[in-house]
Amino acid sequence: MLTSLLTSMPMDNDWISFDVASLGENFWSATFDGLTFGSIYALVALGYTLVYGVLNLINFAHSEVFIMGCYAVFFTLNGLGFGPNVPHLSLASIVLNLVLALVIAMIASALTAFLVERVAYKPLRKRNAPRLVFLITAIGVSFTIQYTIYAIRGPSPEAAVTMFKPTPIFDVFGTIIDSQQLVIVIAAVIMMVLTERFISKSRTGRGIRAVAQDPDTATLMGVNKERIIIITFVIGGILAGAAALFYVMKIPSGVQYNGGFVLGIKAFAAAVLGGIGNVRGALLGGLLLGLIGNYGQILLGNSQWTDVVAFMVLVLVLLVRPEGILGTSLGRSKA
Amino acid sequence: MSMTDGPTPLPSAKAAQSADDREALTTAPGASIAGRKGKKPGSLGQRWNALSRQQQWAFLLIVVVLAYLLPVINPPILTTEPGNNFGLACFNMARFALIAIGLNVVIGYAGLLDLGYVAFFAVGAYVSAMLTSPDSAFLKIPYLWTIPVAMAVTMFFGVLLGIPTLRLRGDYLAIVTLGFGEIVRILATIIPAMKGQVGFQSVGHPPGTAADGTPIFTNSNGIPWYWLILTIIIIVLLLVGNLERSRVGRAWVAIREDEDAAEIMGVPTFKYKVWAFAIGASVGGLSGALAAGQVGFISNQRFDVYTSILFVAAVVLGGAGNKVGAIVGGALVSYIPDRFTAIAEYKYLIFGIALVLIMIFRSQGLFPARQRLLSYGRDAYKWAVKKDDGGASAKRTAGTAQEKGAQA
Amino acid sequence: MSGDHNEDLPRHTADWPVGEPVGTDGGHPERHPVEHRAGRRAADAETAVAQPAGIDEQALAEQGIDLDVAEIVAPEREIGVKIGDSLVQVQNLTVKFGGLMALDNVSFDIKRGEILGLIGPNGAGKTTCFNAMTGVYKPSSGKVLLEGQSIGGQKQHKITRMGLARTFQNIRLFGEMTALENVVVGLDARHKTSVGRALLRLPTHVREEKSAIERGMALLDFVGIAEHAHFLSRHLPYGHQRRLEIARALATDPKVLCLDEPAAGFNPAEKEELMTLIRTIRNDGYTVLLIEHDMKLVMGVTDRIVVLEFGKKIADGRPREIREDPLVISAYLGEPEDDVA
Repeated sequence: MLTSLLTSMPMDNDWISFDVASLGENFWSATFDGLTFGSIYALVALGYTLVYGVLNLINFAHSEVFIMGCYAVFFTLNGLGFGPNVPHLSLASIVLNLVLALVIAMIASALTAFLVERVAYKPLRKRNAPRLVFLITAIGVSFTIQYTIYAIRGPSPEAAVTMFKPTPIFDVFGTIIDSQQLVIVIAAVIMMVLTERFISKSRTGRGIRAVAQDPDTATLMGVNKERIIIITFVIGGILAGAAALFYVMKIPSGVQYNGGFVLGIKAFAAAVLGGIGNVRGALLGGLLLGLIGNYGQILLGNSQWTDVVAFMVLVLVLLVRPEGILGTSLGRSKA
Repeated sequence: MSMTDGPTPLPSAKAAQSADDREALTTAPGASIAGRKGKKPGSLGQRWNALSRQQQWAFLLIVVVLAYLLPVINPPILTTEPGNNFGLACFNMARFALIAIGLNVVIGYAGLLDLGYVAFFAVGAYVSAMLTSPDSAFLKIPYLWTIPVAMAVTMFFGVLLGIPTLRLRGDYLAIVTLGFGEIVRILATIIPAMKGQVGFQSVGHPPGTAADGTPIFTNSNGIPWYWLILTIIIIVLLLVGNLERSRVGRAWVAIREDEDAAEIMGVPTFKYKVWAFAIGASVGGLSGALAAGQVGFISNQRFDVYTSILFVAAVVLGGAGNKVGAIVGGALVSYIPDRFTAIAEYKYLIFGIALVLIMIFRSQGLFPARQRLLSYGRDAYKWAVKKDDGGASAKRTAGTAQEKGAQA
Repeated sequence: MSGDHNEDLPRHTADWPVGEPVGTDGGHPERHPVEHRAGRRAADAETAVAQPAGIDEQALAEQGIDLDVAEIVAPEREIGVKIGDSLVQVQNLTVKFGGLMALDNVSFDIKRGEILGLIGPNGAGKTTCFNAMTGVYKPSSGKVLLEGQSIGGQKQHKITRMGLARTFQNIRLFGEMTALENVVVGLDARHKTSVGRALLRLPTHVREEKSAIERGMALLDFVGIAEHAHFLSRHLPYGHQRRLEIARALATDPKVLCLDEPAAGFNPAEKEELMTLIRTIRNDGYTVLLIEHDMKLVMGVTDRIVVLEFGKKIADGRPREIREDPLVISAYLGEPEDDVA
């Protein structure tokens, strides 16, 4: 969306027109691209959903957890010699480099999430602050991190880092699915399945669900709530780190101090769409939002509509079915 | 309190607020409590309460007069010059103060987090610009008429946005308003009629010419605009004060304190939340229209979401729920970057950090004061204080012990 | 968790001091409420109905509760109404949470002018019933009628205005408001001032504001905390907070006042005061629904008792009958010593 913000504005008079023909023409490419973006949204959405499930708090700083991952990817790959041009490396070394970048991004994001929790939210929890205070703190933290980056790196986006040249893999309905799309979607889905299994099967996952359902009872039953909260933030951070790698892969020049902001809102919208607090809902919501945004953009003929459409979807969902498509299942019944 | 040591940047605002507080504060409900909690005696509020009614009025009058004279006096240490024209700086302080008053209704009274307040500001500014600028294809009306129109339109948007979100818990409102702030900017870019970056030139201004035939209200001279907005602030404060000390204000604070309990006590919570949101929005629109007139130029570049967060910081800094606090907070947020130009570049960072620190360490803000919710409660309180003081101290200590149990 | 602690209080003082008006027969009411209850309290309650003006006037005076004040509070009320027709009808009320049957086909009436006790062992569904009646939960089936009008599907604030007011088991006052302001929020339920009128201080607003102060203070006086009107409610002592909750609920001018464990955390002396207050409220013409797990209080103050167990109604009758009801005895005797109601 950053690239989209930089594009010049159309000044023609038919600012809103429904280009159905174009949608028909580009339907499949829009679908594949939408799924790619949707996977990224979904990964970020998981972070919102998990924290919301456990703390009943919109962690506005999650978009900054994500953007820290983006910076980690940028610095790592930049350090490894990646630049705006397609690198001339063997497949194996590219994979190796990317895995390294992925791990570093995950660490950076998880660390950010951890610090945000400890520094900002924990003191509030300790004194049982009202929800409004939590929310304002959350937005304040988000703001602070963004402008710390701004103070250090300045307002303009970082130089592009291109990871590899997307190569055609399949041909579906006359449209090419390239390696990049495939990597992102598959990797994202694998991560989400792992997360889902972790939450539903592991002991810690049970703890997370227990805390989400009823923190007091969970504590009485011997669940260490503080530990669960940290783990939840860290998991959200790890997933956001992964999302960061895919995001930079998709938009090489998208690393900017405020780059997480709009993506964060969209990811949250995705989480709400699927049913906030619901792990599968985040996946479904992310993919759907990616598709809707892309279709809307082609239908309406301007890339900026993606954001508007995503926002409309959020408002519409809240209006019609605030519990989301799959409902809120991580634990919380509507308080 | 260190930030307010020395002269307050916008004494006027404070004065206007207090002037509004017609209900005398001699029997401030908080006073005895503050004593109990072991707070240092002689805080600003208590000293104020100790004054007689006449003294309070005299004091207010002086402060209001000083406030009007502020840009003319241009006091040496306070002044923002040479970096920034002081008249304009005063106008901007007052503009932020007005915004903070409006946002305070939403955040401070009703406890709703509106993170897209700049969008309402933008809507107000656009309404004003599109109805006066020669660049616009719309019909033209005199500038002053655009102000009520802008308020009405923003109020409409407030209701439109409030209805789907206010039925739900507060968090959704926060994220939806955050999104809305961004959407308005994008729409201003996409919709040709709103002219994107090109924007609208020569937005109108109030009529009137000086003796030499030049218009009074110009873009370069902030002082007349400051006087205009100061007057508006005083009016808005009076009106908001009326609401505060009525059924409406009580409903808002009840919602903030415990929404479910409020509903069960017969408060139509949804309706009053929409009202809070709409009233807040209209004050935002009002300040947008004034800003558009003063600057004379509007484009999509002026309304980013970050400004919204700055507004929230203004309210929270002073103390949410407290008009004096909101005004001082708003004025500070505008004044500090103007006065200390060296750090102006980092203002977002500074206020972001301030926001977090305030929330963690002093969530009641710099000027904690509670709202007064009764128009005629004074005599009753006076009676209660008198009765209560009659040998109630022993009872009170007993009560405190129990209270601990109750609060745990 | 302080609730647990507070609820323990009566247990540690199971033997009430002799000479106290309640539980003069001593014994262990928690364990054997039925056997040890002499008829005295029930008899009192019944005479109270028959001769409302005669109850405990001295006790009232001692606590500074003044019937004159009561008349200011509710001038249009008939003081000391006789128990009359059914005011509230709970008909086949069923509430399910998922597969769990929290309330199973419960029916009972609340008659005008009576104090009805709703009791039952822990988890019996008292609070669920209460919440379903006041619109917090949607019943799965069945309905609740107030003066023949269904309250199902109504918004909660409408239900309040229809005449059903409640207090909360865990006190939920508006902490940052003074005691007087809290009560005035309740009074606002009957006010007509709109945003526009308040904005411009039109006559309706002025009139209502002025009368609100008068009535608010009278209500505070009625519950005995008028001299604390200027305190923020969160700074009031615990007992006063409970009283303030009652005053706030009364301020909505209810037909039925529902008290959810109003004596939780009270010591015996405070409970006694509370009983007097509840009787005074009834004698002022309010109908009272009392949820309580302190048997002494319930037996002492109510006219009629409905007993729930496992979401079902197992008994309904006068305190004396309830005390002798074998089903109730087994329900209570079978209950393990437990601290949360």
